[in-house]
Amino acid sequence: MRVNMLSLQNKVSPEDFAPLGDDCFQEEALDTEEIGYWKASWERLRANRIAMTALVFIVILMFFAFLGPKLSPYTYDQQVRGDEAMWPCFKHPFGTDRLGRDILVRCMIGTRISLIVGMVSAVIVMIVGSIYGAISGLIGGKTDIIMMRVVDIVYSVPEILLIVVIKLIISEPLDALINTVPAFKGLQKVGSGLIAIFIVYGCLYWVGMARIVRGQILQLKNLDFVTAAQALGCSRGRMIREHLLPNCIGQLVATAMLQIPSAIFTEAFLSYLGIGVSAPLASLGSLTSESLNGFSSYPYRLIFPAVLISLIILSFNLFGDGLRDALDPKMKK
Amino acid sequence: MADTLQSAERAPLLEVVNLKKYFSVKTGLIRKTDLRAVDDVSFSIARGETLGIVGESGCGKTTLGRTVLRLTEPTSGDIRYEGESIIGRDMKEYRKKMQIVFQDPYASLDPRKTVSDIIGEAMDIQKMYPDKAVRREKILELMRLVGLNAQFYNRFPHEFSGGQRQRIGIARALAVNPGFIVCDEPVSALDVSIQAQIINMLEDLQAETGITYLFIAHDLAVVRHISTRIGVMYLGHMVELTGSRELYERPLHPYTQMLLSAIPVANPDLSAAKKRMKLEGEIPSPLNPPSGCPFRTRCPRASARCREQMPPLTEVEAGHSVACHML
Amino acid sequence: MQTIQYIIKRVILALVSLFAIVTMTFFLMNLMPGDPFMSEKASEESRAILIAKYGLDQPVYVQYGRYLKNLAKGDMGTSYVLQKGRDVSQIITESFQTSMKLGIRALILAVIVGIILGCVSGLNKDKLPDSIIRIVTSIGISMPGYVIASILMLVLAVRLGILPVSFNRPGGAVMPIIVLATYPTCYLARLTRASILEVMNQDYLRTERAKGMSELVVVFVHALKNSLIPVITYLGPLTASILTGGFVAESVFNVPGLGRYFVSSISSRDYTMIMGITIFYSALIVFMNLLCDILYKIVDPRIKFD
Repeated sequence: MRVNMLSLQNKVSPEDFAPLGDDCFQEEALDTEEIGYWKASWERLRANRIAMTALVFIVILMFFAFLGPKLSPYTYDQQVRGDEAMWPCFKHPFGTDRLGRDILVRCMIGTRISLIVGMVSAVIVMIVGSIYGAISGLIGGKTDIIMMRVVDIVYSVPEILLIVVIKLIISEPLDALINTVPAFKGLQKVGSGLIAIFIVYGCLYWVGMARIVRGQILQLKNLDFVTAAQALGCSRGRMIREHLLPNCIGQLVATAMLQIPSAIFTEAFLSYLGIGVSAPLASLGSLTSESLNGFSSYPYRLIFPAVLISLIILSFNLFGDGLRDALDPKMKK
Repeated sequence: MADTLQSAERAPLLEVVNLKKYFSVKTGLIRKTDLRAVDDVSFSIARGETLGIVGESGCGKTTLGRTVLRLTEPTSGDIRYEGESIIGRDMKEYRKKMQIVFQDPYASLDPRKTVSDIIGEAMDIQKMYPDKAVRREKILELMRLVGLNAQFYNRFPHEFSGGQRQRIGIARALAVNPGFIVCDEPVSALDVSIQAQIINMLEDLQAETGITYLFIAHDLAVVRHISTRIGVMYLGHMVELTGSRELYERPLHPYTQMLLSAIPVANPDLSAAKKRMKLEGEIPSPLNPPSGCPFRTRCPRASARCREQMPPLTEVEAGHSVACHML
Repeated sequence: MQTIQYIIKRVILALVSLFAIVTMTFFLMNLMPGDPFMSEKASEESRAILIAKYGLDQPVYVQYGRYLKNLAKGDMGTSYVLQKGRDVSQIITESFQTSMKLGIRALILAVIVGIILGCVSGLNKDKLPDSIIRIVTSIGISMPGYVIASILMLVLAVRLGILPVSFNRPGGAVMPIIVLATYPTCYLARLTRASILEVMNQDYLRTERAKGMSELVVVFVHALKNSLIPVITYLGPLTASILTGGFVAESVFNVPGLGRYFVSSISSRDYTMIMGITIFYSALIVFMNLLCDILYKIVDPRIKFD
């Protein structure tokens, strides 16, 4: 066969046209085993090795953050005399800082803060966003138009700028509130810095979620099975409970999950700028910024929190991606 | 002719009087125009009869089906079931009597529910069988009725083929023992071989239970097979309404004649002999319908009068109504 | 016609957003506890004079009205603290030039490297290059800017001494640019990969292959063109992310850009500066988003916005 070197045609060989063997039909046999939606999702998730590895890491990080400090002989603000500025050693695996504070415990606390920030804000976003989106999508008409214009505006606001501004404004009154009103005393431990961050997330980050929920509801509302339920005399409450929510819960969870790393990111960024959690509480962001002074001589102070924050965000990113794929397979057609 | 007369003698189960459904559609930045999906349609269906509705896509037949059940609220007009108007009433009681089967067997079943939950939902809503065992027995009976294997009881819709899904949809509609079902193109998404199965099943069910159908389709052959009478819709209007044999043998409205002549004939000799009338031009936009008779832009016989006046649906012979000036 | 309608709608929305942002920032700043002269070692009397001079003793709505009026003329007031007496708009124009030079270079780098990586990855799905690129980009989007900045500083400047620590020396811009470009590069690579994988499965490409077109033609003539469309939508958020990255990169590397000014104006409570920079940045981002949406609409006529 003559071969034209300049040809843009595919090279084909006779084998390409050989008939397939009988075995190619075997896959078609119907799988009769009965599986539910959640079980099927879990199976898909389990088959995703990257997501499972990320999940293992998240669990390890949780132990590290919530159990670790209890097992450590030091507290995060304890200044051990004579142990100032130590390199990692047996006594202090991550070393100590200039004031003699154990960096391992401080990293554990920092991880704890990151995880709390991530998860609490995911919950806030999920609640605020899904309620807003569901109302907008279900009512429709003029209400929907106005509600979505508000979303558009909030969406176009550069969130990081407003977070900085809002954070600055509400921390002081919040401090005053916590310290004077007895009912809020319990929040003292959490710190006004963290609460301010949650409030800010609640104000700004829900828009993405609201859009997704509304989109889902609108899409579902037009599907025949919703009309069918209506034809059966299904009430509005039952419709939401039995049909709409179960059909978009996967997307909700996955979106909320992917919100976690972005919230952690922002908290670390704020703490790094010095407007996140208040001292002496440690956040991975503030630990990194503290380490910048004289980090050429003590690089370990930078490395540990830097690696930890990256690991946390990476794990949540990968797990979130896996979860989204597992929970939301494109509706089969 | 005989069946037409017969059905007219019986008391109508469902009467639709001057039904209108307009949708408000945004056509500009602020400007809104009415889309007349169903425009002044009247008909009645006798108990145990099947009324077929045919028309091109976009002619308003699906909207008609849904408006009759008040799944979308009619703009005006009246719907009477067993002689009583259902407009402005709590529909819950009528949801037991009037049901619907959908076109798309994929979108019409909730993917998160099992077959038993889908079929049983209406029973739960209407609180028909408080006893779990009875409910289960009823569901299995329905599944047998529509030809579904009992072992599918706990399966999910995505495990089924289109035809099987449609059976589930029919079982769901039958769960409340309705007297009337709107079949909204129930077979047009299915393979031809499956279509026959489903149609035959619907006919058997009718023979058994005396149920009444409003059967919507765009396929004339299918409608002819199952219907007692047939209504032809064009741009939201009913243009011809008569017994199904009568319609095929003596179509009067030019639109019906064109539709029928477009059906291919298998026998080549007959095919050559058949006079073909070509349906020319596009169906006008329902947002901007022609004045007078909606069909005049494509009608070979259109005259000045057709432009000015909308022809009413009038009974030209016993049991044969046509909306055309030129008869 | 529809496109023009859409553009008008988007422009109006952008203006409303901007107005909302201006109003929001103004009133938020007014809620801020304390005044900018608190830290001054001045007597009560001279503080009162300062406050009167800047009109801070007038009712809020009067201040708001005056601010809007001045803003329309491009006047954002003067800096109280940071560079006392200088026009905010002047500071912004000056320092933004430095930021913009860095930002544009980072943007170009990110777009080129990101798209190339995404193509390589997408076209070699599940092979070694794809795996490597996916791992690297996953890590890349998971590293906060300050971590990258600190590590670069430690390794390249302090330990190896390849690059200067100071921004003003030759080569000083390299590290800030890398810091700014990392996240968008990785994000773009992932976006491009996903987009290519989706496009490659479309029927029209299958048709091209069935016609016997070589993979090369299919990819470069047909697939790439269509898979880059979604990338356009990312250009708006990309600008935002480079701006935000600027806060960190400019502070760490001591770049005299707008980001650093923003960070320091926060710590020194320089009201007018914070307001000016917030509004300026917001306007920039709103404008970029607007541009992207319109571009997207023109490039891909299938997109329907409702």
